[in-house]
Amino acid sequence: MKTLAITASALALAASGAFAQELNIYNWGNYTNPKLIEKFEAETGIKVTITDYDSNDTALAKVKAGGHGFDIVVPSASYVPIWIGEGLLAETRPDQMENAKNLDPVWIDVDWDPGRHYTVPWQWGTTGVVVNTKYYDGDIDTSAIFLDPPDELKGKINVVPEMGDVMGLAIMYHGGMPCDDDRELLRKVRDTLVEAKQHWLGMDYGNIEKFAKEDMWAGVNWNGSTFRMRLANENIQYGYPKEGYVVWMDSVAVLKDAQNMEEAKTFQNFIMEPENAALISEFARYANGILGSDEFMPDEMKTAREILIPEELKDKGVFIPTCAPETQALYTRIWTDLQK
Amino acid sequence: MSAQAETPFPPGALEREAETADTRRRWLLSLPAIAIIVCAAAGPLLVMVIYSFLTPGDYGNVKWEFSLEGWMNTIVQRDIFDDTLIWADAHLSIFWRSFSLSLITTILTLIIGVPTAWFVATQPPGRREFWLFLVTVPFWTNLLVRTIAIQELIRSEGVINLVLLKIGIIDEPLQMMFTDFAIGFGMTYVYLPLMVLPVYAAVDKLDFRLVEAAHDLYASRWTAFRRVILPLIKPGIIAGSILVFVPCLGAYVTPRVLGGGKNLMFGNLIELQFGAGRNWPLGAALSLMLMAAVMVALIFYVRITSREKADG
Repeated sequence: MKTLAITASALALAASGAFAQELNIYNWGNYTNPKLIEKFEAETGIKVTITDYDSNDTALAKVKAGGHGFDIVVPSASYVPIWIGEGLLAETRPDQMENAKNLDPVWIDVDWDPGRHYTVPWQWGTTGVVVNTKYYDGDIDTSAIFLDPPDELKGKINVVPEMGDVMGLAIMYHGGMPCDDDRELLRKVRDTLVEAKQHWLGMDYGNIEKFAKEDMWAGVNWNGSTFRMRLANENIQYGYPKEGYVVWMDSVAVLKDAQNMEEAKTFQNFIMEPENAALISEFARYANGILGSDEFMPDEMKTAREILIPEELKDKGVFIPTCAPETQALYTRIWTDLQK
Repeated sequence: MSAQAETPFPPGALEREAETADTRRRWLLSLPAIAIIVCAAAGPLLVMVIYSFLTPGDYGNVKWEFSLEGWMNTIVQRDIFDDTLIWADAHLSIFWRSFSLSLITTILTLIIGVPTAWFVATQPPGRREFWLFLVTVPFWTNLLVRTIAIQELIRSEGVINLVLLKIGIIDEPLQMMFTDFAIGFGMTYVYLPLMVLPVYAAVDKLDFRLVEAAHDLYASRWTAFRRVILPLIKPGIIAGSILVFVPCLGAYVTPRVLGGGKNLMFGNLIELQFGAGRNWPLGAALSLMLMAAVMVALIFYVRITSREKADG
């Protein structure tokens, strides 16, 4: 009944053309639940426009170039210090907002934004491997799936072209840590990647369909995206490489030159509400870092292997820090070599 | 002084005056066009040239320090393992991939496009429009949509594989998606109309009496084609080849979607420098290099056609 009243008043507002307030969100593609936006618009009367990007670098380059008109951006952890360092974010103090009490303490004092002075957790997840178990029934908790692939999977492997994640997985496969710049280690990493690539089918994004229809059988992928694949094809499983896998979190930040500063802050506070955070997760299938959101989540998320990391593999997850520019340049060279 | 005052208009001065006024007016009238060229073409190009001589910023963008590194790195790079100067073979082989793919696409569109254009141009006038209309229909759809439609055709459980399996030519699905075949197939399909249209225009203007004359002079069909028809429709063929070849060099979407992104094309290499690579000067230098390559192709074209005119 209450929702009805709110919707009705929102409709009346819309009909009179009185969406005086606006909010422009710049977020990853296929990542924002339309229901979340509808709810936000109904409750606040703020009209939301969403624009997509496909990588952290695209977002950073576009905002740095200026004249973008966005209020909110959702960078990954390793990029947040760059955004802050370049003076692009407004210090909105989400930690002092009304709903900050719902923040999971684990996600408050994080390296990239200690005490949460700038950002609010959006979703967090892992980058690991995906395998269609109809074609391969061996151990899937290893990066060997794509770096030294079993014969059954050769030629059907897809690796997401996310430089930081793939380099991180390959470096940990050889016993290093992300952002390592040891030349001997990197030589091994490059050789392994180049050698492995001949068994790959593609390096592409947006493959939920292709895995579901079994055009691709294995590869590097994110947990939530794999979850969505499994819901479409039950043979698909997610593996956590025991050599080390990547943990990441994307956080909602407000741009310093935002034209709708107050609306943006309202949004930051809004998504710290457990019910709303659950909506975020329900769509993209990642965990969110807000306490109490579990009870609003669909049942299949409470038992999914993609969300609940197996106990024995919990300590193998590694957060990728912001690499030094020189190290990043080395990685780019290896990455280009890999795709030449 | 007084002499001048007495004869304010020496002979011919009026005409000259009118002429300069005319020139001034012409300049003024063409000013909007010039402004557009400067703002939309020369300006951005200048920005690129300037950026290519700067130092990359730590997290994208540029630092305002002069550097030749961007240009150097298009050709030679320091080996990341032992710091010796080596050829940037990655850049060169990626350029070669784009170049050879463009060449193959141009040849394929020629093989398919010229007979198509010939067929359309030799139809009765009323029906030509209908065929031309069919050739241009694909342009109504967005490039990305067409490319993804091709993906549906060639995927493992796509139309082609299902038909081949059904009639028993193959036992298991052919891997067509994410191969060089897929890229060649897609590019040929996408760029074919750009070949057909100029060749059609040339065949349309062809004087068929010349062909008859050739036959009267005992030329075989092949000789008539080679010695009479081909030279006459050559401008159309060259124009079509350039229209296909040039955009192919910088093609980005089709190779990415159909090729699976495993091997970079030159366009993707440039994009990498502005994205994760965070090396804008190198990206700018690579773009300018691509432009130079296109320019060479165009000069080649102008030389061929102007020689023709001189000969004629």
